[in-house]
Amino acid sequence: MALLEVDQLVTEFATDEGLVRAVDGVSFTVDAGATLGIVGESGCGKSVTALSIMRLLPQPMGRIAGGSLLFQGTDLARLDIPEMQKIRGRRIGMVFQEPMTALNPVHTIGRQLTEGMLLHKVCEPANALRAAADMLDRVGIPSPDLRLGEYPHQLSGGMRQRVVIAMALACEPDLLIADEPTTALDVTIQAQILELIADLQKRMGMAVIMITHDLGVIAETCEQVVVMYAGKVAEQGSVFDIFDRPAHPYTRGLLASIPRLETEAKSRLGVIEGMVPGLRDLPLGCRFENRCTFAVDRCREQLPAPEQVAAGHAVSCLRWQEL
Amino acid sequence: MSAPLLEVSNLQMHFPVREGLFLRARAFNRAVDGVSFTINPGETLGLVGESGCGKSTLGRCITRLYTPTGGSIRFAGEDITHMRPRTLRPLRQDIQMIFQDPMESLNARHTVGDILEEPFTVHRIGDRIWRRKRVAELLNIVGLPARSATRFPFEFSGGQRQRIGIARAIALNPRLVICDEPVSALDVSIQSQILNLLVDLQREFNLAYLFIAHDLAVVKHVSDRVAIMYLGKIVETAPSETLYREASHPYTQSLISAIPVPDPHRKAQRDVLRGDVPSPINPPTGCSFHPRCPRAEPRCSEAEPGLAPLTGTHAAACHLLARSG
Repeated sequence: MALLEVDQLVTEFATDEGLVRAVDGVSFTVDAGATLGIVGESGCGKSVTALSIMRLLPQPMGRIAGGSLLFQGTDLARLDIPEMQKIRGRRIGMVFQEPMTALNPVHTIGRQLTEGMLLHKVCEPANALRAAADMLDRVGIPSPDLRLGEYPHQLSGGMRQRVVIAMALACEPDLLIADEPTTALDVTIQAQILELIADLQKRMGMAVIMITHDLGVIAETCEQVVVMYAGKVAEQGSVFDIFDRPAHPYTRGLLASIPRLETEAKSRLGVIEGMVPGLRDLPLGCRFENRCTFAVDRCREQLPAPEQVAAGHAVSCLRWQEL
Repeated sequence: MSAPLLEVSNLQMHFPVREGLFLRARAFNRAVDGVSFTINPGETLGLVGESGCGKSTLGRCITRLYTPTGGSIRFAGEDITHMRPRTLRPLRQDIQMIFQDPMESLNARHTVGDILEEPFTVHRIGDRIWRRKRVAELLNIVGLPARSATRFPFEFSGGQRQRIGIARAIALNPRLVICDEPVSALDVSIQSQILNLLVDLQREFNLAYLFIAHDLAVVKHVSDRVAIMYLGKIVETAPSETLYREASHPYTQSLISAIPVPDPHRKAQRDVLRGDVPSPINPPTGCSFHPRCPRAEPRCSEAEPGLAPLTGTHAAACHLLARSG
C-alpha cells in the first residue's frame, strides 16, 4: 500500500537571477514499511525533494509550485502550517547529514529528545525523560541516563548521529527521511548507523527514504531506487533493475565510474565527461544530452518522457531501446 | 630496485595539549606515533584510515608543514627532518601537495593565471613570457581551456578547481606529490575524471604519490601499495591487490567488510565494528585496536605488537598473526 505518493512535484526558488526550478516534475511512490533510495549528484534536487515533503523549504525563497504529495491520503503540499506541524516530527521524521548542525549546542540531549515527544503529546511530561532514555538505549547509546544530561559536543560524531536518529524516531513516525545520514561519518561508523536504521525499521515497521550519492549505500539498503539528474528523474525501478539492467546512459555512466575493490589497480575508470548544466540555463531537450555519448539531434530538441522498460522500471531517455 | 625516493623511519608527531595558567603541556596528542615506510620513484603508496588516525598529519610532516617531534624523513637520500627553511626551499620544488578542498587552498582573490604563476615567482624560474606559456601548458595538461587563466576560482566547479590545484602541484615538476583526500569532496562522475588524470600524470611525469584518503576502494584503485593506519600507527601494509585479497589485520578486515558494495546481490553479512576510535591523547595500552577488536586476547592489552612481516611485501602489527605466521 502506498504510504506516500509524490506526483509531478515542482519546487522553485526565487533567486536574484530569477526563478530556478530545483525539482521539475518528480514522481515516485513509497510503500508502507519499504525503503526507497534517491540517488544523484550535488544539485540534482534530491535534498530539495526531501525538504519539499517535510515542507521545510527555505523561506521565503522556496515554494512548491506544482504537483501533489499525498501522504496517508492528505496532500502535504496544500496543508497549512499548523496542520503540517502535527505531521512533521510525528508521522514523518527526518535525519540530516551533519549531526552537529542538526543538534542545538546549548541544550542537553535530554531536552532536545523530549521536546518533540512533549510537543506531539506522545507521552506524559512526567515520563518524558524515561522515554527519552529508552530511545537512546534503542539506538545503542551506552549509559543513556547519563547522556541525557550531556551536551552535543561531549559526544563523538557517530554518537551524535545516533541521537539525531533517536530524535527523529522518538514519536515512532511512519516515514523516516534520511538525507545523507552517513556521509559525514567514517566507514566503520557508517556500517553501524546503516545497520541501526535497518534494524529499527524492521522493529517499528516504518518506511524509509534514503537520500545519498553513494551507490554502495543504495545497493545495500534500498528496495526501490530513483535516479535523479538536474531536477528530473532519469530512471527508477527496483534496486535490481537499476544495478543489473540500467537503461539510462547516466545510470550506466555512474555505475561505471565507481572504483570498486575488485577492479584492477590503476585501470581506467569510466567517466561522464563534462558537467551538470546549471539550473539557470537548462537545455531545451534532455538534460543529460551535453554529457551523453549516445546523444543525437533529437535529444537536443525533445524532452524525454518516462517510458516503461518493464513493470515498475521506467526510464526517461529517447534512445533507451536502441542502446 | 632503485633507491627509495622517500624514507620515513619511526616518525613521531606529538602535539602538546596545553592547559592551566602557564600553558604547560599536560599531555601529548600522539597523532603520528612511530611510522616507517618508503616510497620509490614513480610509485603510489596509499594511506588509509579513519578521521583522527593521523594520516593528514603524516602528510604535513613530510611536506615539512610540521616539524616532526621524533624519527626521520629522508628525501632522495637527504635528511630533511630538521632542515631549516632556507635549505629546505629548493627541495620544496620536489615535494608538492594537493588538498581536499580546492576552494580553501586556492586564493579566491587571485586569477587562476596568477595562482599557477606563483610557484615560478617564488622559486625565480623563467621570465614573464615563459611563465605565461608554461601556465597555458599546465592548463592544457590538466584538461582546462587556456582562457581559464584570466578567471577566478569561484567561476569553476569543484572538479575544475581540483584540476587547478593539480596544475599548481605539478607546475615545478615535482618528484613526490602528497595527495590529501583529493577526491573526497567530489561527485562520483567527477571523482573518476580526477583519478584518471592523476594516474595519467603519474605515467607521463614519473611522479611518486603518497595518496591519503579514507575510502579504501579509491585508494586501492590508484595505489601500488597500501598502508592502513589506526591511531597514529601503521597496522598493515601490502601491495594493493594482496591487501584486498589477503587482509590479515582484524582492523583491515573490518574496514573492508564495512564498505557498502555497489551490488544488490551481495548484501553484506558483515561484522560491524563496535565502538568509536579512542583518543590519541590517551591511547589504550598494548595494541591500540584491542578495545574494538573482535579477536582480542588478554595479551593484546598488555604488550604492543610491532609491524612484523608476513611475507616479503606484506606486514601486519598483530599478536595473533605473529603466532600463526
